[in-house]
Amino acid sequence: MYQYDSYDQQMVDTRVAEFRDQVSRRLAGEITEDQFKPLRLKNGLYLQLHAYMLRVAIPYGTLSSAQMRMLGDIADKYDRGYGHFTTRQNIQYNWIKLEQAPDLLADLASVEMHAIQTSGNCIRNTTADQFAGAAADELVDPRPYAELLRQWSTFHPEFDYLPRKFKIAIIGSDTDRAAMKLHDIGIQLVQNDAGEIGCRFYVGGGMGRTPMIAPVIGDFVPPLQMISYLEACLRVYNRYGRRDNKYKARIKILVHEIGADEYRRQVEEEFAHILTLGLEPPPAELERIKGFFEQPGFEAGLSDDLDLSDPDFALWVDQNTHAHKQPGYAIVTISLKPVGGIPGDATADQIRLMADLAKELSFDELRVTHAQNIVLPHVRKADLYALWQKLDAAGLADANLDLIGDIIACPGLDYCSLANARSIPVAQKISERFADLGRQRELGELKLKISGCINACGHHHAGHIGILGVDRKGTENYQLLLGGSEAADTSLGTITGPGFSEDGIVDAVEKATNVYLAQRSDGERFLDTYRRIGMAPFKEAIYG
Amino acid sequence: MKIITGNELRTGDVIWWAGEGWSRHVNDAVDVPEGAEAIIARENAKQIVTDTHVIDATQTPEGVRPAHIKDRIRALGPTVRLDLSLKPADPTAGNWVI
Repeated sequence: MYQYDSYDQQMVDTRVAEFRDQVSRRLAGEITEDQFKPLRLKNGLYLQLHAYMLRVAIPYGTLSSAQMRMLGDIADKYDRGYGHFTTRQNIQYNWIKLEQAPDLLADLASVEMHAIQTSGNCIRNTTADQFAGAAADELVDPRPYAELLRQWSTFHPEFDYLPRKFKIAIIGSDTDRAAMKLHDIGIQLVQNDAGEIGCRFYVGGGMGRTPMIAPVIGDFVPPLQMISYLEACLRVYNRYGRRDNKYKARIKILVHEIGADEYRRQVEEEFAHILTLGLEPPPAELERIKGFFEQPGFEAGLSDDLDLSDPDFALWVDQNTHAHKQPGYAIVTISLKPVGGIPGDATADQIRLMADLAKELSFDELRVTHAQNIVLPHVRKADLYALWQKLDAAGLADANLDLIGDIIACPGLDYCSLANARSIPVAQKISERFADLGRQRELGELKLKISGCINACGHHHAGHIGILGVDRKGTENYQLLLGGSEAADTSLGTITGPGFSEDGIVDAVEKATNVYLAQRSDGERFLDTYRRIGMAPFKEAIYG
Repeated sequence: MKIITGNELRTGDVIWWAGEGWSRHVNDAVDVPEGAEAIIARENAKQIVTDTHVIDATQTPEGVRPAHIKDRIRALGPTVRLDLSLKPADPTAGNWVI
């Protein structure tokens, strides 16, 4: 993992001291709320429905066990004993007191963490494949590039007041586990016919009220020009992105309105200019960063054999572990989606336990996934059974990864001041309706995503089944979408028709799954069947 | 009825104008048919409350109930964590929200 140098630490420590002074002045009445609000937002501190909410950045979703432990301790010390892992691989605390926020940020800084640029119209925390550096199907480890992006984007003076917020994701395999094409910029590390590595730039994707899949703008940019190309993409956006209407201010609108070809032409022109300025970090810096992401000390010659005689363990291994690049190791995903639970929530004790398990069994490392789960990236297969038992004892062994119980849900109207409807109770009811693991496995891969408003933090556009909560004359109402995907086969869901009540949407989801079971061909996922037979049979079953 | 709500600056807690001060319990909220703007201006000037605004509510036999679901959830707490709500000992506390 990357470790701060003295510059990184000084920047974060200085920011804590600065914010401490700002909070002190606000509490003393020396500055008004209008003056203070943009300052607290620059430090990730929102005022939400019930209290202040702090969003902590987890760079490309990667944590050391010491950092994870601190997140658990913060949940106890400053919050109400839990935290919420988000769809952008971050963590949010819902009950923060302003007067304690500087101390909290100081605690974060002590483990090389912060909440900078988790709000505002700037480049937000870069996200990445949660299996980076571990996946058997990986071409290139994206983490050094993600870290370079972190350093480049942090406090970048030119891009601190963009037309709108800006989100970047980076992956290094053909399997997209980061919803890369639904970001403002998605970067895929690819290989050309000559065996060289390059960056494929997808620009202008996003969800929200105007969902769009990003087109390819730069097909093969040399990695040592990645930052210059990003500068070019951002400069064109900063210059021409709309600032008169926040609903049309994201880069996706610009790319759509002028067209991908014209946007590409302008980027290439700017790129050629930037290359003459020498803005690219020296190659030695990327090499220095790569040094932090060397393979951990894997044992050689380990067996891949596993004793699967315990049926519950066997189910968990089948569902929640993935192939590791190193023989004898596995990637473990810990589901934060217990039946009837709150997606993405974990108690302080659970967070600390996962930290301890990472230290003991996963080379001191964890990842947060955009699907609101936690990954232990490097676990010896020989340790899996003991790990599973410990997780099971802590309520963390649900074997439902990528099944209908593995629901993504935003905080919704239970916490969020922007929301129009509650997301969590719907997730809980669906989770309970499909509680039987055998039934979930019979349905197979089925990604269900719920948002409580059009801002789409719950990625409803990209769910095989998506649910959008709306406000209909003061009453919660839920629209159903089918056919979305945020994987390599990215697609946007289509609304089935009129919306439903809270209980009605659960019934509608069940009817949709029944259509799938009746109509599927061998090997088809829900999404495949939908794509083959279209919307009509589903509408007939749901509304007929 | 019209009631005034806001957040305590120091803690962020949801608070309600109770006539002579602020309360954390919505049932203490008082009707402010007139003069809300003056109260808000005066209280804002004290720098102890933020995000003050007026909302519609109804006086019911069970207490003051904000008109909009968002304000009712704000008054009670998250419906999915009643243990953290205004009435953590009452398992039916969420019923009046929806």
